[in-house]
Amino acid sequence: MSTQTDKRRPYVRSVDGWWKRDPYYMRYMAMEATSVLVAAYAVILLVGLARLSQGEAAYNGWLEALKSGPSIALHAVILVVFLYHLWSWFKVMPKTMPMIFVDGKKLPPETITYTGVTLAVVVNVIVLIILV
Amino acid sequence: MADSTKTIEMEVLRYRPEQDKEPFWQTFSVPFTDDWSVLQGLQYIKDDLDSTLSFRWSCRMAICGSCGMMIDGVPKLGCRTFLRHYHPNKLRIGPLENFPIERDLVVVIEDFIKKLESIKPYIIPKEARTLAQGEYLQTPAQLEKFRQFSTCINCMLCYSACPQYGLDPEFTGPGVLALMHRYNADSRDGGRAERMDLGHSEEGFWGCTAVTYCSEVCPKGVDPANAINQNKMGSAIDYFLRFVAPRGAGK
Repeated sequence: MSTQTDKRRPYVRSVDGWWKRDPYYMRYMAMEATSVLVAAYAVILLVGLARLSQGEAAYNGWLEALKSGPSIALHAVILVVFLYHLWSWFKVMPKTMPMIFVDGKKLPPETITYTGVTLAVVVNVIVLIILV
Repeated sequence: MADSTKTIEMEVLRYRPEQDKEPFWQTFSVPFTDDWSVLQGLQYIKDDLDSTLSFRWSCRMAICGSCGMMIDGVPKLGCRTFLRHYHPNKLRIGPLENFPIERDLVVVIEDFIKKLESIKPYIIPKEARTLAQGEYLQTPAQLEKFRQFSTCINCMLCYSACPQYGLDPEFTGPGVLALMHRYNADSRDGGRAERMDLGHSEEGFWGCTAVTYCSEVCPKGVDPANAINQNKMGSAIDYFLRFVAPRGAGK
């Protein structure tokens, strides 16, 4: 009887640095990274709330700090990051929803994305008008 | 060959387990005409340049799902990708990412097959019917709920596009989870409860982080990312309902 040797030697490739392999992955990582700044900005607002509870002087101090040069620069960066966060969030949204049928036809994902973005813009503009 | 013949450089990742320690790129000059697919280019290499090159193929018309490969780093079917779109640049062809390489462009797919079997990819009838009772009826609206997900050809491009599967092979992965949803969403099927222990788990829907590249590369428009993520809400409700009602109430 001859002994049969297994010639199979499957080669496993490394997945190190996988996100650099494709621009699609880089956009995904950028999308995930934006949530860090979203959380950071929530902390900034919470600090404002804490200062408000400490009285008028404390709150005004916080407002003054927001008006400083570095703070305005930070806000400009955060605005750009938030816009990408907003866009990417609604881009993924159709994937997370059950299929919607209108007159027997599937609602296209673009419709869901654009409706969401439009609503978000409208709500933000209204909030801005109320605040200013 | 016709006058309109051009030549393209095809770089193919080679790996011959009996003699190579690791894969290496080999370049072939391939004459082609505008109607040649990447698969035809590989067939030319095998027939006329190097008969030792191994790759899988069968139908040549995007229905068998055999010729999935990385073409310039993107998972595509060799039969529906054309050489003219890459000329005059060269193009690189490698085996599907996230799978071990068996030989050249052939990858090891046992894991995928095992997972496919595990979700019972067939209709488990809700109610037994005799032949005399006739067929299981379904309305066009009921059909639309799963039709898109039933067009999967098991080509595994989505697995190559899924970094979660690459990082954690325990993850059931896009194509198989989309098929799980396909059967669960079928009005004739009653097997949902049998499939959902896996669906609700970390290896199931929750292993997906919505990279969504699977849906991008799918050659049949299945949209696995949608099949998976639309289940998360129901899965979360099922999780919390167990505290107020017996297991399975949310299904």
